[in-house]
Amino acid sequence: MSLVFAGVCSHAPGITGRAHMADPEVRDRFYESFHQMSRDLHAAQPDALVIIAAEHFANFFMNNMPSFAIGMADTYEGPIEDPGWLGIQRRQVRGNRDISQRFIAEVMNSTDIAYAEEWKFDHGIMVPLHFLTPDYDIPVIPVNVNCQGPPLAPLHRAWAFGEAMRRACDALPERIAIIGTGGISHWPATPDSGKINKAWDHEFMRLWCANDKDALLNAEKYNDLQVYSDAGQGGFEIRTFITVAAAAGGAKGTVHFCEPIPIFAVSCTVATYDLA
Amino acid sequence: MTLYAVQKFLYELNRTPSLQTAYSNNRHAVLEPYDLTEEEQEALVAPDIGKLFHIGVNGQILMHFAAFHHIEWQDYLQRMRDGIATYGPVREGVYAMTTGIDEVVVAHNEAGGGSS
Repeated sequence: MSLVFAGVCSHAPGITGRAHMADPEVRDRFYESFHQMSRDLHAAQPDALVIIAAEHFANFFMNNMPSFAIGMADTYEGPIEDPGWLGIQRRQVRGNRDISQRFIAEVMNSTDIAYAEEWKFDHGIMVPLHFLTPDYDIPVIPVNVNCQGPPLAPLHRAWAFGEAMRRACDALPERIAIIGTGGISHWPATPDSGKINKAWDHEFMRLWCANDKDALLNAEKYNDLQVYSDAGQGGFEIRTFITVAAAAGGAKGTVHFCEPIPIFAVSCTVATYDLA
Repeated sequence: MTLYAVQKFLYELNRTPSLQTAYSNNRHAVLEPYDLTEEEQEALVAPDIGKLFHIGVNGQILMHFAAFHHIEWQDYLQRMRDGIATYGPVREGVYAMTTGIDEVVVAHNEAGGGSS
């Protein structure tokens, strides 16, 4: 079949773990955007959900750090975090080894990746699933782009990875959804948590919606040193958004929600591409 | 040894329930296989969140470790600030601090006010 749904969303642990500390008016509008994304995702009737997260040392460490990795199992588990802290109970999450294996084989035609038959989910995947598939009714194919342990893959490699996943979607008979998760600007898990560069976020999302490859890969604007300065270490996670942009194949996007919620540490974001 | 060994231990602890149990039973014993300095061992046993942040532990690894110890969020942030005030700036890595020691970044409760 092909790609039937593409979007991005935030995954910060505070979204579920510190819900009670946020301004309820803004928080609830953000949650509603998440719920609408869930309805749209289900309406697309995907056979599998490829969820591209920037994991946080749940599975991969600097002893053997892949730039790109894809899960290949029938079941996963998560969260690794203390369930009370994250506000999400630990559980098994359904995957689909058969679809994963064929998807991975297609991606390997043009991109070198790692694959993993074991994968523990952290908030990068569990928080989005909590809203998007609360019944865990769509098999998940987890994907990781290293955004934590430098050196990180250059943005143009993340783009190429996204294109490779799109070709894999086109080659498979199943209906595939792709969702990238992460922050835009943020300084997570540091004393600076809550610092947000709203203007930077909105400019990046403008380019993401336009699916402007040259602008998104602008080496002067979005090199790691500049991103670190403008958008913090959390800004490295734009790689997941860029990967989805590439997979969307030139489609244009819509931002459904993008507002700072400082106690959640990011501009909370929900956005989708129009694949029609 | 280095920051690498500290983070390797925390990475394994964060994702391994059996190691968490062992750590809870005997913190010193589980650290033996790791090539750590005395300062690093003490910080991991205490746990001294401020010292670990100061020596450069990635915030994502440290955040999960703090959650394991049931350290409340604002307390976690304050412990890192106190670590910088006590021990000095982050030694290495990308999880440095960019705001002032006493700067309020986000209130305790966005709706109700407070300080960080």
